[in-house]
Amino acid sequence: MIYYSPSHEYARIEGNIAYIGISDYAQKALGNVVYVDMPEQGDDVTAGEEFGAVESVKAASDLFSPVSGAVININEALIDNPRLINDDAMANWIITVEMTDPSELEGLMDEEAYKAHCAAEKH
Amino acid sequence: MENTKTTCLHSRHIGLGAQMTPFGGFDMPIQYSGIVEEHQAVRNECGVFDVSHMGEVNISGPDAERYVNHIFTNDVRGISEGKILYGMMCNPEGGVVDDLLVYKRGDNNFFLVINAANIDKDMEWIEKNAAGYDIEINPLSNDLSQLAVQGPSSEEVMEQVLGITCRDLEFYTFKEEELDGAHILVSRTGYTGEDGFEIYAGHDTICNMWDALMESGRALPCGLGCRDTLRFEVGLPLYGDELSETISPIEAGLGIFVKLDKPEFIGREALARQKEEGAPRKLVGLELDDRAIPRHGYEVVTDDGETVGYVTTGYRGISVDKSIAAALVDTAHAAKGNRLNIRIRRKTFPATVTVKKFYKKSYKKN
Repeated sequence: MIYYSPSHEYARIEGNIAYIGISDYAQKALGNVVYVDMPEQGDDVTAGEEFGAVESVKAASDLFSPVSGAVININEALIDNPRLINDDAMANWIITVEMTDPSELEGLMDEEAYKAHCAAEKH
Repeated sequence: MENTKTTCLHSRHIGLGAQMTPFGGFDMPIQYSGIVEEHQAVRNECGVFDVSHMGEVNISGPDAERYVNHIFTNDVRGISEGKILYGMMCNPEGGVVDDLLVYKRGDNNFFLVINAANIDKDMEWIEKNAAGYDIEINPLSNDLSQLAVQGPSSEEVMEQVLGITCRDLEFYTFKEEELDGAHILVSRTGYTGEDGFEIYAGHDTICNMWDALMESGRALPCGLGCRDTLRFEVGLPLYGDELSETISPIEAGLGIFVKLDKPEFIGREALARQKEEGAPRKLVGLELDDRAIPRHGYEVVTDDGETVGYVTTGYRGISVDKSIAAALVDTAHAAKGNRLNIRIRRKTFPATVTVKKFYKKSYKKN
C-alpha cells in the first residue's frame, strides 16, 4: 500500500516499515536532482516535520516525513548518484522508517486522492 | 503579478513550455528543456537567451563624456568609437547603484545597458546627478528588445542563420547596421564565459530573429536558470548577490573596473580609502569537501562557530563537478587555502577558500 502527503512524499508500507521517498510528480517538478540531504540511521523523524532535503540545480526542497518513527536505513546509492530519483522516484526511496504510530497513515492520501491533489496544484 | 512586465517574446516562451518566474519585475523563462541541458548547450554549442528585460539608456550632448565619467567607475576618456566598457555606478559610500555596460557610439554619445530590477532606480540616479551637465538622457528600455546568442558556435549561427557578419567583431566591441530595413546594434559580449553576441533591436526585429533561430534548430532556447549557473562558474557577479548598495566593487574583487586615477567620479573618495586601507570583507570562492549544496544567504563559520560571512551564490557546479560557492567573508579569513565551514540546514560542512573563478572563460580575444 502506498500513501502520499500533500508535500509530495510517499510512504510505501511493508509490515511496520515505511519506505519514504518523493513522488514522480515531485521529481518532475524539481528537475535534475543533484543532492539528497538525508538523516542518519537511528535518527527519529516526526510526521509533518522536516527530515532532509532534495536539491535540484536551482533550489533546495525540504522533505517532510509522512510518518513518525526511527530511521532504519538510508538509501546510500543516492549519495553518489542522486539522479536515481529522476530515473525512478518510486523505486528509489530515500529512507526507511520503523513506524511508532501506524494510525498516522489515516491522515495521508491514497493514489487516487493524490492524483487529484496534483491536478489541482497544476491549476 | 499585476505589475509584472513581459517581453515581446513572452507568448513564445509559453508556447515552448518554459517554466516561468518573476525576475527583475518581468515574467521570465527560467528553463525550457532543463538547466543542465541548456548550460551544456552554451558551453559546447550555442544557446539563445531572451534578455529583453535588461534596461537601456542613451546619453548624448556636449558634456556626455564628462558626465558618463562622473557616474561610472571605469574610464571612457580616449576609448574609440565601437568600444564597450564594463563598470559600476557607485554611491558616495562606494556601494554599487548598479553594474553596467557603456557602449561608445560616438564622441559624446553613449549607450548604457543596466539591470532590469534597477531600471527605475538607475533612471532616477542618472537624472539626479545630471545637474550642471549639458546632456540629453534618452530612456530606451521600452523600445528595445535584446537577444544573447552564446556559445562556441555562436559566430556561425549569427552569420548563417541571422545574416549578421560578425567574424571581424572583436571582444567587447559593437557595430550598428541596417538589417532588412531595421536598425540593429550587435556586440561581442555576454554573461556566460563563452564567446557570444548580444543583439539590441526593436521588438518585431527581435521576434523575427528568435523565430529564425528556433526554426534553424542551431540555438537551444535557454532560460535564466542556466544564465546564472554559467555566469557563476566563471566568476561573473550578479547584482543583488555579489554587488549591492552595501557591497563595494573593491570588496567584490572588481577593482580593475574602478579607475582611481580619474580625477573625479561619484564614490571615488570612499573607494580610494577602501583600496588603501584594505576592504573589511572580500568575495572569495569556496569549494566544499562534501556534495551538500551551499545557497545564497547560508552562513560561513569558523571551526570555533564564529560567523565570518555568508554565501552570495552557490551551486552544485555543472561544468565543474563540485559543490561551489561565492561568499563574502571577513578579510582575516579570506586567504586562499584557508579552511572554513558553511552552515547548511542542521549541519556545517567544511570548505576550502579558492579563487571565485571555478571554470575558465573561453572568450574570443585577439
